[in-house]
Amino acid sequence: MDGIHDMGGMHGFGSIVREENEPVFHHAWEGRVYAMSMWRQVPIDGGFRYAIERMNPAHYLTTSYYEKWLYVITQAYIAAGVFTQAELDDRVAQFRSNPQAALPQRTNPERVQHIGAETFAPESLRKAIDIQPAFDIGDTVRARNMHPMGHTRLPRYARGRRGVVAQYYGIQDIDDTMPLGVQAQPQPLYSVRFDAEELWGESAEPNCAVYLDMWESYLEPV
Amino acid sequence: MTHEHEASDHIEAEMDAALRTKALEALLVEKGLITTDVLDEIVRLYEQDIGPLNGAKVVAKAWTDPAYKQRLLEDGTAAVAELGFTGRQGAEMVVLENTSTVHNVVVCTLCSCYPWPVLGLPPTWYKSFAYRSRVVREPRAVLREFGLEVPESTEIRVWDSNSEVRYMVLPERPVGTEHLSEAELIPLVTRDAMIGVSNVDSPPALAGGE
Repeated sequence: MDGIHDMGGMHGFGSIVREENEPVFHHAWEGRVYAMSMWRQVPIDGGFRYAIERMNPAHYLTTSYYEKWLYVITQAYIAAGVFTQAELDDRVAQFRSNPQAALPQRTNPERVQHIGAETFAPESLRKAIDIQPAFDIGDTVRARNMHPMGHTRLPRYARGRRGVVAQYYGIQDIDDTMPLGVQAQPQPLYSVRFDAEELWGESAEPNCAVYLDMWESYLEPV
Repeated sequence: MTHEHEASDHIEAEMDAALRTKALEALLVEKGLITTDVLDEIVRLYEQDIGPLNGAKVVAKAWTDPAYKQRLLEDGTAAVAELGFTGRQGAEMVVLENTSTVHNVVVCTLCSCYPWPVLGLPPTWYKSFAYRSRVVREPRAVLREFGLEVPESTEIRVWDSNSEVRYMVLPERPVGTEHLSEAELIPLVTRDAMIGVSNVDSPPALAGGE
């Protein structure tokens, strides 16, 4: 979707603020949100990223990174019927009036033993499917001028622009939202080089290029 | 709105997020969906075990072992896995070599994609709207803000991590470190150099020439 998340090339966000010796999590709640997102027990309709992308743009711009995650996983649990908004609001009110109230505790030591192995488990993105890629390294291609409502990994700034296939990454799953009832089929994935002038015209900085990963359906021959 | 108002709004939002997080965890624990100790362990892993020290080990090995460097550039996933760095957000790794003629820098304009097994979780600036919007359009200006002046004769390649492939930069080995061992090189390698927003500096004792 042509959402606020698709920020590549936008003006107006100012200078980049950095923090020396930044902690992994600035607040304990961020770590809890991160862990609850990694160990999520319910599906998210359309996927985690699409849920963030569908946030109202003003909401997206005014919430911190982990506030977005908190919002998305909370909505997922409500949608799955695990608890209601009223139940959650009630619990927030209880903790607000009694900040020292302890969290309920439950443990599962056996599961803890496996978390490391699960986190580090190697997985391959490449699918053993016999599809002949349509493009070769060195081919000139054009990114399609497409504007789907659903999730896509083709940023606006590259659409309609010419590039050159630089690498081939095999057949990989695609996360783009498919029409209702259609299962996304894995596709050839390429790295495509776009010269800065092609993307930014006369305002391009000298001697620069952007590389994007492009599924085959994002590309057309030139 | 004044800065004071903005600051107090910000603090209020943080407190509210902390409360809502606590309420969510309480409900999920009570309903038997999650357990406290598993959450603790996930936080511990990413605070203590998975971070840029992993990537620094990859870089230092590549600097001192030409055969490893070749494997790393040809098949980043397999070479990084040789050191045990695998898993979430690192299923397919591509390592980009900085040279005197090419400087690579990594971003995710749509989101915040980042190679967790080698670099850990990304710093806030990497996820910021400013970095995501600007580095694809004006990488030289952005790198200058980071204190890195890249000569125009050096091509800048910006890698927008829009698929599940994850990118890491192999910085240039600093001059004057030829006598250092792999273990001595590891602490020189910074997170920012592996994202591509800085170079690796010579160790302080060497800076300014010998």
